[in-house]
Amino acid sequence: MQEFILLRHRNIPGLNKLEVYQQNGGFEAFRKVVTGMQPAEVVDVVKASGLRGRGGAGFPTGMKWSFIDNKNWPHYVTANADESEPGTFKDREIMEGNPFQFLEGLAIASYAVQANAAYVYLRGEFWQLAHQLDQRIAEMESAGLLGEHLFGTQYSLHIYTHLGAGAYICGEETAMLESLEGKLGQPRLRPPFPPSYGLYGKPTIVNNVETLANVPLIIANGAAWYHTFGTEKSAGVKIFSLSGCVNKPGNYELPLGTTFRELIFTHGGGLPEGRTIKAIMPAGASSSLIVATEQALDTPMDYESVPALGAQLGSASVIIIDDSVNLQWLLNKTLHFFKHESCGKCTPCREGTYWMMHITERLTSGQGTPQDVELLRSVASQIKGKCLCALGEFSIEAVLSGLDRFPEDFKIPVK
Amino acid sequence: MNALAEKYPVEIEKILAKYPADQKRSAVMPMLYLAQRESGYVTKQALNEIAEILEISPTEVAGIVGFYSLYYDEPAGKYRIQVCTDLPCALRGSEEFLNKLCENLGIQVGETTADGLVTVEAVMCLAACDHAPMYQVQAFASTPAAEHITYHENQTVESTLELIESWRKQAQGRK
Repeated sequence: MQEFILLRHRNIPGLNKLEVYQQNGGFEAFRKVVTGMQPAEVVDVVKASGLRGRGGAGFPTGMKWSFIDNKNWPHYVTANADESEPGTFKDREIMEGNPFQFLEGLAIASYAVQANAAYVYLRGEFWQLAHQLDQRIAEMESAGLLGEHLFGTQYSLHIYTHLGAGAYICGEETAMLESLEGKLGQPRLRPPFPPSYGLYGKPTIVNNVETLANVPLIIANGAAWYHTFGTEKSAGVKIFSLSGCVNKPGNYELPLGTTFRELIFTHGGGLPEGRTIKAIMPAGASSSLIVATEQALDTPMDYESVPALGAQLGSASVIIIDDSVNLQWLLNKTLHFFKHESCGKCTPCREGTYWMMHITERLTSGQGTPQDVELLRSVASQIKGKCLCALGEFSIEAVLSGLDRFPEDFKIPVK
Repeated sequence: MNALAEKYPVEIEKILAKYPADQKRSAVMPMLYLAQRESGYVTKQALNEIAEILEISPTEVAGIVGFYSLYYDEPAGKYRIQVCTDLPCALRGSEEFLNKLCENLGIQVGETTADGLVTVEAVMCLAACDHAPMYQVQAFASTPAAEHITYHENQTVESTLELIESWRKQAQGRK
């Protein structure tokens, strides 16, 4: 039986019940930090563990916590449960199956930066999940795990859920904070970064659900234990959301550094009969298209090796594209998404995604010309590096890599 | 008179308690969900009432309605079936599913059935890519608050038509 760190509910029935979670060591780590560790010690353990942000950016978690501005109070922690990248469905499984481990991680993070209030920002579509979390938070309050004077100390913590309402951009941390403040979910100019200027202008730590779910076991078992998984620079495990043209789509918890081949063929059951793999998008719709060569399939999925293939690991939402898929159609799909989700703040992204979508619409309807392909490249190139947040950049990853690496898909006969 | 405040005093108090007393504006999103629960859209009157409660301008509230996909400024069906047709779901047949469903209901994507019961829409990724075809249902009127949005995964046109039929019977039973 596979051992899990994050998806432990697959081995422990009823782990989403507080009683069962506590029978399995739940909230011992939170008790340990509140009653026996200085906040800075907690930050040091997480730093030493090598844990990096699982939402996509891969930023070292402990280092982010250490950036909190201790001259400005109060502090906040917000959990990013906006999970909206096409191909990503891991945080949902954690919050459904192993919710208390996530909430305990959030509580430990809050103690580490001495926040007395934490928010879980869930995408609006996770309506039922939010209601379940509300009940679980209430159970924790009744059990003395949240509230005033926890474990007889001076430390107090409250956790609240907040539902978004259908906006991919709110997964970007500063847009999420704006949304939580009751404003349009539009990114802020950075710096200042949230650890110095976050929610209500106060120092704030924003962490992804999966990142936080790692924390209780790191505290319980130590930083060295976490390094027994993964690679030297990409420590630990990751949940890979596998989707697209594959026999067994789903979430797979594996050590960082597992190869694409092992994920797709050993765990994911390979492709349907008669189909061959054409491309891999390792980071959802925001991803560059990787040509599925033998060498690419043997590449370890970690924060260093995937960039060497001209892509990013991101949130590790691995979409498999087979030989039946035409990339003009694929780009039209991703561009339709980004055009819909562009928040409208920066002109290159707002206008660029709109026009790129229309060009690919012409191409897929057979009305396209070879000039359209060049126009697509030109518009994409002009978005690069000109926007406040990464959404604009994300929208062109598949476009430019598709045009460069799969030129045969974009050969348009001259009429 | 503020009809929203009179109708949902307990709910509104609970919502406001989540945020610092001087940051009432944060409550605008949960308040909008509350306001459109019955009619399926945010009326002009509700906009003004939310603005009054939160001490912001009606224009600011209207901006939020316009920005976020799950708020509506026009009525539609009592149930909104929102099918994900983004890339991972599309690779697993969600577009065919959506088109066949609409064909069976005699509507185009985005339209509402003649009896006003169901609106079918195509939406962006819902984080259920391994269970396509899938959709969420955003239900209004007398649906319990906890079930306002529900997920329906690994669906077929048949299973969806059955679900719609069960709503139809429920609606008739209430008449």
